[in-house]
Amino acid sequence: MNLITVVISILAVTALLTLYRVIVGPTAWDRLIAVNLISSKVVSIMVASALLFKRSIYMDVALVYAVIGFVSTVAISKYLEREGRKDK
Amino acid sequence: MIANFFIFFGLIFFFFGTIGIIRFPDIYTRLQASSKCDGAGTVALFAGLIIREGFNDFSLRILIIIFFLLLTNPVSTHAIARSAAIRKIKPWRKEEKK
Repeated sequence: MNLITVVISILAVTALLTLYRVIVGPTAWDRLIAVNLISSKVVSIMVASALLFKRSIYMDVALVYAVIGFVSTVAISKYLEREGRKDK
Repeated sequence: MIANFFIFFGLIFFFFGTIGIIRFPDIYTRLQASSKCDGAGTVALFAGLIIREGFNDFSLRILIIIFFLLLTNPVSTHAIARSAAIRKIKPWRKEEKK
């Protein structure tokens, strides 16, 4: 039982626990916060699995996934701020 | 030994951030727990992985990812809090007993 395998399993379990807030969250911001946290955990899982399998391309995938998560979080929060309207 | 300590520290942050995002009653308190989990947990876990791996190709790329996450996590947290404050979401208060 490797140490990195334990790290990946604990991160996967916490990501599944965070999915509870995505499903039952009362407002849209709760779901946005939980999705942001899940994307950060997926980046950590990808880096750990790149070290586990010795594949350096997983690291590039993790970097691109972090960029996409950041852009989508900022875009959705700007959308919620304007209530979906186009003006202002 | 030091690498295992850093990895354990990061996993502790991840675990309690998840408990906070399940148990807290409000958007802003949940945002605080999520921000700690993003910043401290990820950076401590990656620092432990760098020390465990040594200096090579992988650890250089992990350093790039750490730099990017330290740059973008406060920005996204502030964007969420600003949009919730502009739409006038009230902060949670404990109900007073009459």
